[in-house]
Amino acid sequence: MSFTETLLNGEEGLFKPKTLTPMQKLTLRFVVVGLVYYLFVIIEGMIMRLYEISPLPFVSEKQFFAILTAHPLVGIFGSTYSIVCGAFLFLVPFLMKKPLWSFRLANWTFLLIAIGTFVFWSAGFISHYAPLYTLYWPLPADFSQFAPLGGAFFILGIALIMLGTVFFVINVFKTIAYTPEGWEKQPSGALIASALGVSGAENLFRRKKKEHLVSLPVAAIARGTVDMALNSAVILFTGVLILVYMVAALLGHSLKDTAIDALLYKNWFWWGLDLIADGLVLIFVAGTWYLLATMITGRKLFMQNIARAALLLELVVSWTVWSHHLLADQAQPAFLKVISGEFVTAFELITQGLAFFITLATLWAARPLKMTNPLKFLLGGLLGFALAVPAGIMQADVGLNRILHNTQWVVGPHVHVAVLVGLTMTLYAAIYILFPILTNGAKLYSQKLANVHFWCHLIGGIGMGAFMGMAGLQGMLRRTLYLDGEFKTFMILAGLSGALLLIAFLSFFCNIVMSVGIKGVIGIFTRSELDRGTLLPEAKG
Amino acid sequence: MVDPALVLKGQTIAYTCYCIVILLVMGWFALKITRGTSGVVKPGLFYTFVGFLIVLGVSLHIITYNTIPWSPVDLHRGNYTPDKTFEISIAKHEFRLPSEKLLVDCNDLVLFDVTTEDLTYGFGLFREDNSMLFQMQVVPGHRNDILWKFNSPGTYTIRSTEYSGPAGIHMVVKNAVEVRGCN
Repeated sequence: MSFTETLLNGEEGLFKPKTLTPMQKLTLRFVVVGLVYYLFVIIEGMIMRLYEISPLPFVSEKQFFAILTAHPLVGIFGSTYSIVCGAFLFLVPFLMKKPLWSFRLANWTFLLIAIGTFVFWSAGFISHYAPLYTLYWPLPADFSQFAPLGGAFFILGIALIMLGTVFFVINVFKTIAYTPEGWEKQPSGALIASALGVSGAENLFRRKKKEHLVSLPVAAIARGTVDMALNSAVILFTGVLILVYMVAALLGHSLKDTAIDALLYKNWFWWGLDLIADGLVLIFVAGTWYLLATMITGRKLFMQNIARAALLLELVVSWTVWSHHLLADQAQPAFLKVISGEFVTAFELITQGLAFFITLATLWAARPLKMTNPLKFLLGGLLGFALAVPAGIMQADVGLNRILHNTQWVVGPHVHVAVLVGLTMTLYAAIYILFPILTNGAKLYSQKLANVHFWCHLIGGIGMGAFMGMAGLQGMLRRTLYLDGEFKTFMILAGLSGALLLIAFLSFFCNIVMSVGIKGVIGIFTRSELDRGTLLPEAKG
Repeated sequence: MVDPALVLKGQTIAYTCYCIVILLVMGWFALKITRGTSGVVKPGLFYTFVGFLIVLGVSLHIITYNTIPWSPVDLHRGNYTPDKTFEISIAKHEFRLPSEKLLVDCNDLVLFDVTTEDLTYGFGLFREDNSMLFQMQVVPGHRNDILWKFNSPGTYTIRSTEYSGPAGIHMVVKNAVEVRGCN
């Protein structure tokens, strides 16, 4: 096939959108939108990287901070939530061998996340609403710096996403528990108890152990989804609170911002936000590692009962770690700093370390393995968390936090390495392994491009984290600008690493487009003629 | 008091060594799993690893509490009597200092008591080479105080260490604290 033919019809013309079921199409739509928003994140990241080297004439300081506000939110919600929700709405029925409870609700999740992200992103872009994702009270209601109308649209966008995630939560639990039409009655309560780990915990006290009704990956998805539900409630409540102040300002009334206690707000906010960073991300990632390891090796997971118990422990830990974000707050009670901030947080080293070891042991037991794209990206993801989690544990220490808090160390070796290398490479591994399943056997266009994608992403992600970390150790703060070029060398090196990430993504993007063709990409967004209850063309459910 | 720069140097060495080891381990693992024959990982190795993680996670904080001098001072600062107190307030993105220059005698235990009238800010002291001595958050409606013992001479810049809107990047008071009298 000529280059043009491949560009139009995909590699060897193997991808045929007409053969896709509605669920396959919906999952692919989630992935496409997630990747487009990932491109937003990379471009925004590069603009900020260049601005940190030398202010750009076409970007004002206000615009810079609006980008800084939108950047992580587009990354978390627009990109990661899209890909994760799409993948799990496909995987839960796939692994449970029954149809999704509601295709319509899944479609709403897709639309609300895609539209909500665009709404808050545009509100930030146009109005420069920039209280950062931390929203430290009373900054989001500081209308001497931000316009209430822009802010109201920003919060509305976030609220739409939260509504989409609520629909996702309902769909996941309903799919686990419901009885499809014409099926024998399913034990709903027992299925939910198994998914949440209640029956597993009861097994500890039983002589005759009960069998687990749901597979380990489904249990991981269910437990991470609990954190997603709690997080949505916290963010929605916070959004409504901020909206009240904005609407009042728009109507010409100024509400007293001291009515809200800033420290209590901070505790509430971090409790909710940590359900993502230290909750569902770690649980979903561990579950995805287990699924990938079993799919790659075709074997049972090493120590699977302990893995299952560790997921439950991780869920409980995620409810009690938030105080590590408040170690620099002197009014925060010392016992919360020590118990929640230090010691419970240290449990993440244990739970994530367990997941790391179990995944590696499962792979090891199946030697020799072919170094496929899913395997190499899985190893990259494991490496990312192996680098980022200890960095996080170090900063979650009363003594070290005094000299690390809000420096580039926090956002470099911890956040960016965890997200870019750990999380994103795990997601790429999942995309590479699900690609033939979701496309009914489409072939990857170029292995060379996949290799460029892997190495540029790995080196770029670790490099960016490392150079930001070095700057942080020398005192460079995050969330600010240095206008006299104080840390220029580190920022140039971090910028070059960012360029590698951009190259990596473009390689991946071109590879996928060439694999499915432009007609194929368009075909994903057309209506499927097949039955909604069919997951894959070959088999019902 | 041990200089924070020394603590950071120790942390840098420890973390760098760890990174090198984990990169080598993962590289070795990636090579090995494409070769050899299947084998079973002994549960004993797994439980040893878990035990190691527990010891590491708990001991890190015990070690830092006993070796980083400002940790116990920070957690029990009500038990200490400062040699000097500076009351500082912040409003409208501006630090209001009790005097143009805050003078500190060497080995003095100094209390910085910072309040904010509007937003959440940060309060940090930075050396002339921009590296950080310490920082804390400054939250409205609450007491934000930090005790620090200065045992080496120097001039320090005050900078807000928390984002408080775009105007916050200009919250820098150069050479605001001077420590003198050290041998």
